[in-house]
Amino acid sequence: MSKIVNIVKNSSDFIHLDNVHEPMHDKNLWAAKTSREKAAAEVPEWEKLRELASQIKEHTLTHLDEYIMQFTHNAEKRGVKVHFAKDAAEHNQIVYDILSKHSVRSIIKSKSMLQEECGMTPFLEGHGITVTESDLGERIQQLYGEAPSHIVMPAIQKTTDDIAKLFAEKIGTDPNNKDAKSLNEAMRNDARPKFLAAGAGMTGANFAIAETGTFVVCTNEGNADLTASIPPLHIASIGIEKVLPKVEDLGVFIRVLTRSALGNPATEYTSHFTGPRKGGEMHIVLTDNGRSRRLGMTEFWHSLKCIRCGACMNTCPVYRRSGGLAYGATYSGPIGIILDPTFDQTKYSELPYHSSLCGSCTEVCPVHINISEQIIEWRKIMASHRLMPRGLAAGFSMADIMFKRPALFRLAEKMGYWMLKIIPKRLLYIKQNAWGRNRTMPTLAKQTFQDWYRENQKKKI
Amino acid sequence: MSSLESMLQSIKANLPKQKVSYPTIPSYESGPEDLLQEFQVNLLKAGGAFFKVSAIAEAQEIVKKIHPDASVICSATDEWKGTKDSHRVQQPHEMADVDLAIIRSTMGVAETGMVWLREVDLMISSLGFLCQHIVILLDPKRITRNMHTAYRQVELDKNNYGCFVMGPSATADIGAVLIHGAQGPRSLTVMFLEEPPIKTA
Amino acid sequence: MKIGLFIPCYIDAIYPKVGMATLELLQRFGVHVEVPLDQTCCGQPMSNEGDQKRAAGAQKLFCKNFAGYDYIVGPAGSCVKQVRMHMDAIPQLPEVKRIRKNTYELVEFLTDILRVSQFPWARFNHRIAIHNSCSSIRGLHLASRSEWMEPRFNKTEALLQKVEGIQIEHIDRPDECCGFGGTFCVADEPVSAKMGQDKVADYVRHKIEYVVSPDMSCLMHQSGVSEKQRMPLSFLHVAQVLNNGPF
Repeated sequence: MSKIVNIVKNSSDFIHLDNVHEPMHDKNLWAAKTSREKAAAEVPEWEKLRELASQIKEHTLTHLDEYIMQFTHNAEKRGVKVHFAKDAAEHNQIVYDILSKHSVRSIIKSKSMLQEECGMTPFLEGHGITVTESDLGERIQQLYGEAPSHIVMPAIQKTTDDIAKLFAEKIGTDPNNKDAKSLNEAMRNDARPKFLAAGAGMTGANFAIAETGTFVVCTNEGNADLTASIPPLHIASIGIEKVLPKVEDLGVFIRVLTRSALGNPATEYTSHFTGPRKGGEMHIVLTDNGRSRRLGMTEFWHSLKCIRCGACMNTCPVYRRSGGLAYGATYSGPIGIILDPTFDQTKYSELPYHSSLCGSCTEVCPVHINISEQIIEWRKIMASHRLMPRGLAAGFSMADIMFKRPALFRLAEKMGYWMLKIIPKRLLYIKQNAWGRNRTMPTLAKQTFQDWYRENQKKKI
Repeated sequence: MSSLESMLQSIKANLPKQKVSYPTIPSYESGPEDLLQEFQVNLLKAGGAFFKVSAIAEAQEIVKKIHPDASVICSATDEWKGTKDSHRVQQPHEMADVDLAIIRSTMGVAETGMVWLREVDLMISSLGFLCQHIVILLDPKRITRNMHTAYRQVELDKNNYGCFVMGPSATADIGAVLIHGAQGPRSLTVMFLEEPPIKTA
Repeated sequence: MKIGLFIPCYIDAIYPKVGMATLELLQRFGVHVEVPLDQTCCGQPMSNEGDQKRAAGAQKLFCKNFAGYDYIVGPAGSCVKQVRMHMDAIPQLPEVKRIRKNTYELVEFLTDILRVSQFPWARFNHRIAIHNSCSSIRGLHLASRSEWMEPRFNKTEALLQKVEGIQIEHIDRPDECCGFGGTFCVADEPVSAKMGQDKVADYVRHKIEYVVSPDMSCLMHQSGVSEKQRMPLSFLHVAQVLNNGPF
């Protein structure tokens, strides 16, 4: 029986850690949100592009078998070896088999949420293969022994001071060096020899084009290009939902991806791989890991449209105050709370309640995923499986009885008024009174609206 | 291990019943005339730099001034003779000592200030990423309007590798402070120079 | 035009003056308003948590009370949004559908149906900020959404601008959720409180005297936070300002 992630406690811990981390986290992600708005305002056809992106994805997903076939056929034509993994275990085994066939002892990789999802790194390390993350944010989290906290900015929960301390410990920099530029330089010099020594490079993919068998990787650092151009072996892990029909589609997606994520027109490097480098070998591991099952879920299959931009995380007021690690899953934030229950419905049963239902995530999504509606759908499922937080169910039973019977409701109002008037403050503001911890109690009116209406207005009529 | 057939079977069993049609994407090919100006503005925003030159010698003089300490210069184009002969490089690792890479790009994108670099342009792809600094030769006539018009020209099925490069390598992962020279080149400079009339062998 | 006045449970019990202001305001425009006395709640708390079974009773009673009116008007953005967009725990008979379609929040009713343009009886010489609740923006579209590239408008602000003496200020994060979210405010209290505290700090930075909103439920949470911190802020429903009281 999987242990339920207590997201309320985890997020509370982050908020109360100190006066630095949560405010910084909130401020930086709010800045990313407003950058998105500025960038989108510069594209007159922005809303049309979002509509196109959504429709292209829905078309592809409703014809996914055809496009997977076409992609595989075209990739193989250019000399790429395509493998198929049903789940995380198969994915990891396939990767390991390729690596051991080539006697690879160390690999360098660029960012892949799919590899994270499959737990690939601990698996490979358990088999004696060294894995180094090349993306700076991912490397920082790797050195911390933590999962990435945000899908685009993995180390966004860490301050410069945190990183300075980490680098001093792990790569021997001066602990008093808190300058971002020189910390980055230190990591650049530390990572470079690893690129040159690696027996294989691994990447993920942002998009996979069926028409040509090409996959596309977007980075700001150029680490995917280093990863692919130096070692003689390149393995790419690609989720089946990444497929797009045509090259032409990239015009739409590249224009919306990074503007949504960071407010820039694109990433510094948009790399297109259609075959191995000169003198190299290329493998693709096309992976399902629950995606086809999700495709069959009427209420939830739209979540497969996700292009991993992170805009929903940046805009979510709850995520900005919780930090991604509070979710205890590969995917956090709004997209996380609708994806994670498909991986483990019990472990992540409280995630769908970690939302004020403000709806900003739905409005911001470049592929128009109806995230807040899916959140409510998950709550319906949790309620029917009795996985609702226990206190809520009891409260609702009482509420249901009261709201069905007007006379009982009016009685409850009167009782409530007298109770709040009589109960001394110290008994009212106890630990169990969640409302009262940081708020004063509302005052019930002596004369309700209905009392007033009956007395004054009804007489007039 | 799974096969393509078992993967397709799993997908087919779960396909949504209501199909969605493929939309018509507008050509997005019209707009302001001055593509060079738009390219320059966006290149600067991305942290790149540019110079307009009329001959290789002019470009080489500028490079001596802006990269005075560059000693290992490797050029992927025969227009420019560097100090390291790119034709002799066998392994991508050998590009690790390159201070300055010179590449001619066949396409620029005005919307973003990007340049298109293929394996054939780089000779060895690692040249464009292991170098400390990169200089791109670009004929202004080769600047296309936006990502839509660019993708109509890329010929992905004829190139194993192609990259849209937008300025120098960057990251903001440390304290959300933007830094250039993350893992790849620390700087990117575009020299606007017409293509040579006949490509030398 | 026969209007049924929808007075949500918390307005009845905690903010009756909002109900009074709404009724009086509508009557000033010559509208015939009735108040069904057996109304209790729209069922939103249960429905938002996915508890369809326990929301159905309240929804059935709502439709029983409001059958036969041309419009149902309520001074509550989130409750009206609930009725129009999510009241689906009961069978969708023709009358249920009609009731849902014709349930309006006060600001949109004044703007789109009555099309009022003046409030000559109203005076409010204070520095205010408008709280644009999530339901009012993203559900009812009472104002443009910052997430969309669309023409900018704000129906609440357009009405309040007509009130003599009023000074409307814009805070740093005018459409960020305040953290109320219904049962979220107690089930997820630490995050809810932090969101409320940040919202109050935003008002204080802009030296706001009054926070005015079409959604009293949000203000219940915000005023609770503000009072606990002893901030010099007051909170009013838009009906109270437009009607010149009761305050």
